[in-house]
Amino acid sequence: MNYLWAFVIGGLICVVGQLLIDLTPVTPARILVGYVVGGVVLSALGWYGPLVELAGAGASVPLLGFGHLLAQGVIDAVEEMGWLGAFTGGFTASGAGICASLLFGVFFSLLGKSRDQN
Amino acid sequence: MVKRACPPSALATDCLWAFGVGGGICTLGEGLRQLYLSLGWEKDAAGSLVSVTLIGLSGLLTCLGLYQKLAAKAGAGTLVPITGFANSVISPAIEFKAEGLITGVGAKMFIIAGPVIVYGLTASWVWGMIYAFTGWTGMGG
Amino acid sequence: MGNAKDTLIPGISPVIRAWASVGGKKESEGPLAGEFDLLNGENSLGQESWERAECLFQQQCAELCLKKAQLTPDQVSLALGGDLQAQCTATAYAMRTLGFPYAGLYGACSTMTQGLALAACLAGSCLLPQVLVMTSSHFCAAEREFRTPLGYGGQRTPTAQWTATAAGACLVSPQGKGPKITALTFGRVVDLEVTDINNMGAAMAPAAAQTILRHLAGRGAQPGDYDAIVTGDLGLVGTRLLLQLLEGQGVHLTNHRDCGLMLYDRQTQQVGAGGSGAGCSAAVLCAHFLPRLAAGEYRRVLFLSTGALMSQTTYLQGETIPGLAHAIELEGCV
Repeated sequence: MNYLWAFVIGGLICVVGQLLIDLTPVTPARILVGYVVGGVVLSALGWYGPLVELAGAGASVPLLGFGHLLAQGVIDAVEEMGWLGAFTGGFTASGAGICASLLFGVFFSLLGKSRDQN
Repeated sequence: MVKRACPPSALATDCLWAFGVGGGICTLGEGLRQLYLSLGWEKDAAGSLVSVTLIGLSGLLTCLGLYQKLAAKAGAGTLVPITGFANSVISPAIEFKAEGLITGVGAKMFIIAGPVIVYGLTASWVWGMIYAFTGWTGMGG
Repeated sequence: MGNAKDTLIPGISPVIRAWASVGGKKESEGPLAGEFDLLNGENSLGQESWERAECLFQQQCAELCLKKAQLTPDQVSLALGGDLQAQCTATAYAMRTLGFPYAGLYGACSTMTQGLALAACLAGSCLLPQVLVMTSSHFCAAEREFRTPLGYGGQRTPTAQWTATAAGACLVSPQGKGPKITALTFGRVVDLEVTDINNMGAAMAPAAAQTILRHLAGRGAQPGDYDAIVTGDLGLVGTRLLLQLLEGQGVHLTNHRDCGLMLYDRQTQQVGAGGSGAGCSAAVLCAHFLPRLAAGEYRRVLFLSTGALMSQTTYLQGETIPGLAHAIELEGCV
């Protein structure tokens, strides 16, 4: 069941993005920003947590989940050190994803080269 | 007039692709998560490992030029998952290598992902401040 | 719209006495593949950057054109050229190697007819004997500069066009054998307030319509007087709009061709609304139309290249996209 929910919820979150691409003038870059900020808001409202419980990676892998991670990280940090946690929680929680992206960016840029789409 | 002259997007096909590929990437993530959990990692750590693994995979596919090919069909199915974020960091890194390691790779990595990090962190800071000073925990919980 | 004053008739009709076209990989898989002078099966040409590769496309093309004209490089009196790279570097760096007297042009995708029209003025007044006109575009160089990195997973909107990896060069002389430039119309900048950077055909169509009307008025001609009225890279959307706009002015085009729609097979080659780029109209002119004019298959052709004149900066600042189209009238050999 875990896998089914992951597939369906993850797929649906992507379909919403596709509808935004096809039916509105919103650009992909804005969709990415919108999803992360949206994830923070949904998580803060307490609505995203239950979805992650239900769908696992189906909710955490899309960028909404990245926003959720930021929001949860901030809560944990604020619990620990008070308002200063608002400055550290987001980076701490998202650290693995951002660091891995940058690291692989450097790694693959050394390894690969620009490829033609033709 | 301009609008009428434009060919429509193939909405149904696009959505089906986005659903299938996006759902597939998430299912792969779930598989990895279960694997890491079964190997004894804690829940949060397993989640981070899933992200790192998917980002690495996305990097490999980006490097081979395959992520772009898949995305041409899958649209938001490859854009919205964390692999799409990784692609948005790694593809400019590879592309702008010709402009140098500092001014090319290092600087251009953020052309697409930069705003995502900026506004994601800004939103999380706002939420952190609200939480710190009001203790509000949301409408559902 | 029919301002007859815009159309110029050169004192003597200069001749395009040699031409050459070079295409890349996708162009070699398209319907015009058999008509190019040179096709590169691989778009990097072994260069370290796409910008250098585009530069080499231009060199190949210029050298081919000179060879066909049986000219040595020092006989070229002036080269007029341009491309889409910032500050027109593909042409400038090609000229660094070629060493011709050079005046760079920028008209976005309208550069080829801009150059030919200027060359017609210079050669048509016998000021310069051998004017080389050349332009190019390179898909990869354009993508990385104007859109996204090549490895970025973005879905192209159906209205987006595919930048041609191609170059075209023409040698214009006061006399000689070859298709003649009998008249020309420099376009005026027109803006129909299109803001979508992925829909440049729509942004350029009004300029093309206006230039066609001006030229017809200037020549006292009807569309039917031409074997073909050709636009550079309006693509599917721009072509539809052009026909509608002209229809609205009571002009019915039945002999319209668009280079962007001719260069690729839209059904099988996944190029969105068609080809585009400064090299698109240049290559199709040199590969398809000039040989047919020379063979007498076409007797009279009105040829336009259309350009969208925005920059990344103006686009991001919310400016609308202005279009520009220049026309040259070509007369075939009998």
